[in-house]
Amino acid sequence: MTTASDFSETAPLVRPGVGGGLADVFRQRFLLKLLVRKELQIRYKGSVLGLLWSYVKPGVQFLVFYIALGVFLGLEKSARNPDGLANYAVYLFSGIVLINFFTEALSNAARSIVGNGGLIKKIYLPRELFPVASVWVSAVHFIPQLIVLVVACVFAGWHPSLLQLVAAIAGFVIVAMLATGLGLLFGSANVYFRDSENIVDMLLMVATWTSPIMYSWTMVQSKLGASWYAVYQVNPITIGVEAFHYAFWLPTTDETAPMPPNLLPLWVPVGIVVSLAVLVLGQWVFRRLEGRFAQEL
Amino acid sequence: MSVAIEVQKLNKQFVLRHTRSLKEAIVWLVTGRKGDISKKFHALHNVDLEIQQGETVALLGLNGSGKSTLLKHISGVMLPDSGSVRTRGRVAGLIEVGAGFHHDLSGRENVYLNGAILGMTEAQIDEQFDSIVEFSEIGEFIDTEVRFYSSGMYLRLAFSVAVHTDPEVFLVDEILAVGDEPFQRKCLARIKELSAAGKTLVVVSHDLELVSRICDRGVVLKHGNIVFDGAIDAAVAQLRSQV
Repeated sequence: MTTASDFSETAPLVRPGVGGGLADVFRQRFLLKLLVRKELQIRYKGSVLGLLWSYVKPGVQFLVFYIALGVFLGLEKSARNPDGLANYAVYLFSGIVLINFFTEALSNAARSIVGNGGLIKKIYLPRELFPVASVWVSAVHFIPQLIVLVVACVFAGWHPSLLQLVAAIAGFVIVAMLATGLGLLFGSANVYFRDSENIVDMLLMVATWTSPIMYSWTMVQSKLGASWYAVYQVNPITIGVEAFHYAFWLPTTDETAPMPPNLLPLWVPVGIVVSLAVLVLGQWVFRRLEGRFAQEL
Repeated sequence: MSVAIEVQKLNKQFVLRHTRSLKEAIVWLVTGRKGDISKKFHALHNVDLEIQQGETVALLGLNGSGKSTLLKHISGVMLPDSGSVRTRGRVAGLIEVGAGFHHDLSGRENVYLNGAILGMTEAQIDEQFDSIVEFSEIGEFIDTEVRFYSSGMYLRLAFSVAVHTDPEVFLVDEILAVGDEPFQRKCLARIKELSAAGKTLVVVSHDLELVSRICDRGVVLKHGNIVFDGAIDAAVAQLRSQV
């Protein structure tokens, strides 16, 4: 006991409740780990299929899109449709796994502060933990989908270069940072206005279609023209999805399909910068708003 | 003795907003801010308080006097509008036991989760785990999901985690009515042990009997102001005279 009181004799007086933001989350890795484990454990509690749902849902989604878009709307390349995309199934699925990760991460992160209101009102802990844990949980759910994607790619004759694998990691990091940043932003705004959840739902619906997940980027370029296409291309999700196409889809084809110009030298760095900027903005807004979480929840 | 908690000119106003929708806020803004969308009230008003290390202090007052709000400022859950709150060493709250417990997790998992929430490291929880279980008298049910616990078992486990966090400053809010008579006695003994070991204790409770057994000093709040600060018996008498 003497050591404890010796410590407190020398410890400085500090203002309680003033944290270090995301840096505190890093310091509280153990708690983050436990929160993530808790979420993973309770997610499918009481359901018969359990974790299998993480496969079933994207599987069904993929089938529906593949049949409707690839077959009915003719995006798949075939003998009768030579202008389509080769290996459209792989093309589609590599985009879907990434947008699924983003959708789950952002919608849970945006609800995480209100959802953990009971705790936030009573005990001080770095509140950034909750959005970050939501994104982390989504990343764990992303893994089985990634495995399915890789297996599908291997069957389609995947032979990626090291650069392409690095591009995949970069694409994932870009989308993860964007989801965390927007999660902090909308999660904290949600405490004050519950409209925030609905804005996020709408945003996610739009995000699915403003990136070349179902269709090819060349269609956008030919309709929009070069300058508007650049605007389309600034979207970090677009860059992330294209990086995934470059890593997973392109090496399963004869690599003659055109990729967006300057994807690696220009757009991937742009994506990192934009996502980082959103993350900084999210953190800034979060810290402005978190002081009154306890009384507003 | 050094200062453990220092509160200076603390002011806190609450905004009682009745709307939670963006639409209503916008309508209010475009209609020229007619009427009051929110009502304010002073929860704490120029509160000054200094607590020395090792003191046992009761915050007393009727409902709505601001004592829980003051405790939340000391724990850092709330931040002051103006003035300052400063604390020395690690502060842990026994503020409503079981916040942070999850029904679908086992007792063991909840001990780890709750311990981490209260600021313990993994090594500390590992080390204290057996002692936590023993104190809670949960025994073999530690690996059962908490949802199957009786309310008494639940509270005992939560309290047990909280008293093992070993902070320098202990905040206790209305939770001493834990479990049955023997367990309550055990809790009280544990709290007295903590204060004997030089821990600072700040207690909020309506149970005046109990408070005067634990604390030496009483601070009475009324409508956000400190109206009395002195020996616990005098403070209890002061509060009783308010009613």
